[in-house]
Amino acid sequence: MAASGEGGVPLLRVEQLQTHFETGAGVARAVDGVTFELNRGEVLGLVGESGSGKSVTGFSILGLVDPPGRVVGGRVLFDGENLVGASESRLRQLRGNQIAMIFQDPMMTLNPVLRIDTQMVEAVRAHHRVDRAEARRRARDALGRVGIPSPEERLSAYPHQFSGGMRQRVAIAIALLNDPAVIIADEPTTALDVTIQAQILYEMQKLCGETGTALLWITHDLAVVSGLADRVCVMYAGRIVESGTVDAVLDSPLHPYTAGLIGSVPSRNRRGGRLVQIPGMTPSLFALPSGCAFRARCPNAQEDCAQEAPPETVPEPGRTLRCYHPVRETVA
Amino acid sequence: MSAARGEPLLRLEGVSKRFVKSLDLAERVARRFGSDVQEEVVHAVESVDLEIAEGEVLGLVGESGCGKSTLGRVVAGIHPASEGRLTYRGKDITRAAGAEAKKASLKIQMIFQDPFASLNPRLRVAEIVGEAPLFHGLVRRSELAGYVDQVLASVGLDASYRRRYPHQFSGGQRQRIGIARALAVKPEFLVCDESVAALDVSIQAQVLNLFMDLRERFDLTYLFISHDLGVVEHLSDRVAIMYLGRIVEVAPTEELFAGANHPYAQALLAEVPRIDSRRRIFKPVEGEIPSPIDPPPGCAFHPRCPHAFERCRLERPLLKEVAPGRYAACHLNDRS
Repeated sequence: MAASGEGGVPLLRVEQLQTHFETGAGVARAVDGVTFELNRGEVLGLVGESGSGKSVTGFSILGLVDPPGRVVGGRVLFDGENLVGASESRLRQLRGNQIAMIFQDPMMTLNPVLRIDTQMVEAVRAHHRVDRAEARRRARDALGRVGIPSPEERLSAYPHQFSGGMRQRVAIAIALLNDPAVIIADEPTTALDVTIQAQILYEMQKLCGETGTALLWITHDLAVVSGLADRVCVMYAGRIVESGTVDAVLDSPLHPYTAGLIGSVPSRNRRGGRLVQIPGMTPSLFALPSGCAFRARCPNAQEDCAQEAPPETVPEPGRTLRCYHPVRETVA
Repeated sequence: MSAARGEPLLRLEGVSKRFVKSLDLAERVARRFGSDVQEEVVHAVESVDLEIAEGEVLGLVGESGCGKSTLGRVVAGIHPASEGRLTYRGKDITRAAGAEAKKASLKIQMIFQDPFASLNPRLRVAEIVGEAPLFHGLVRRSELAGYVDQVLASVGLDASYRRRYPHQFSGGQRQRIGIARALAVKPEFLVCDESVAALDVSIQAQVLNLFMDLRERFDLTYLFISHDLGVVEHLSDRVAIMYLGRIVEVAPTEELFAGANHPYAQALLAEVPRIDSRRRIFKPVEGEIPSPIDPPPGCAFHPRCPHAFERCRLERPLLKEVAPGRYAACHLNDRS
């Protein structure tokens, strides 16, 4: 695990975060009591299936949840400062400067009618008092760092003149512009091809290693996390059901859901044999079962699982777990 | 299960598919006045030779734009081939017409990627599944309801779902409806185009298991198109790898994953993220996939290939047998 910030305070600490969507059909508890820490220079993988609340967690950190969604509880401590309830102007100071975000679709970052240099110069000058030429120089350097050939010429191109992989690189370059302390990356390589994904992962790994930027990598792909991250949190129905170092969680999962996810990866199975499958499907957030949300699909479920949602326990140092009947017995 | 044994179920010989973007009015006028505007031709699939044996699962792998979906559509009869010949059970189906063409096209069915876009939202499940077998006279109207229930049961859907609309189902269930629709006309050959790509990992495993069960139960043959090498490795007997419209390597799955011959196949295999590799150093291939409108001369992979030499820039390598049952298109095999 990477070294903590000064005085052992983590760079980013999310505490009991709750983000709910109040709709006509009821209240969807998309994020329901999520707690994790991100240290300087660390890569944390946040893994979950669609609807698990992993993306909403990322959006909540930067105050980017749109109504009817609302952060209804908990704290997001960035360097000790609580961002929940912080003023919009304070959040604007932080966004793109201290904490940057990369989205799955780079066109969420890029404005299609503005040239790349216009957008990048704007992003620099929003946070630093530098002249246009200096801002442009920084933009060019950032493009060079993410491996875009002939950055000087590409600066005057429009987003549509780039391929998908190159656009994602531009989005990453914009995230890197102001040397942020934290980058939140929401499925940034999901839409890309294998060889292009490998290029992006390579750049991210190199850049974070060089600059000490902490990375929160949100994905559904366990294989990407295993290659990239130091620690991993597994989310299910708005809660982190298991967390720990990548080696610990992926080699000896405790939560039946994590074990099921790992088991259903085709390369972990005998070729041509039946895949381990988790029965059923992810429950609707409007109709979560009582107790543990996973119990209807869980092979270990017993009566007590229906009573109350399992609290977070620490089965081993550096690991957390929400389960009454883990895959194997733990010491605690 | 090698294709060499006996007559293959499906044979492709020199199959090409080109898409032409014809000139619009302004461009035609400009051309009349001597301007140098040309029609753009996309070479989506270029002279593909392939054999698929009965009961085999052939995985077709490549990155976006390599032509794998187009090839799948040509096989399923959705796009006519621009050139070349398709033979199904020894019969030429490329230019078949009338009843014979209909019969062949029923035997080859396709399952699509997006379970949200490939089902008519205004039809009930019973109509989606029952329409084709009724139209083609496979069942009588009086027996249709029972038949639909039976097909739904074979893909693991409860018969009580038959009156529902597609929007009432989750992604995994919709994909099952798509599979039921294909199975309803009693096909022998399924073309699966990225059929599990849109599904979550746990649901993906369920659908992959279903594909394997169905293969055994109905003696199906698959052309399984995917960009996900893990899925293809698990399911396929043989794997074909495409790059920019051409097949660059075909090999039995185990042999391919033990060591690929073509440099592109090697790079692709090396970059698959695997759950067992921790904090690995990603060492990517440089560059991007070139445009199929203007493919590079010689070997299409030479601008990105670490081993490229003079001949690769000039001459296009042909797919040759490099070991029994293994084919690759690379000049390096002629060296040494």
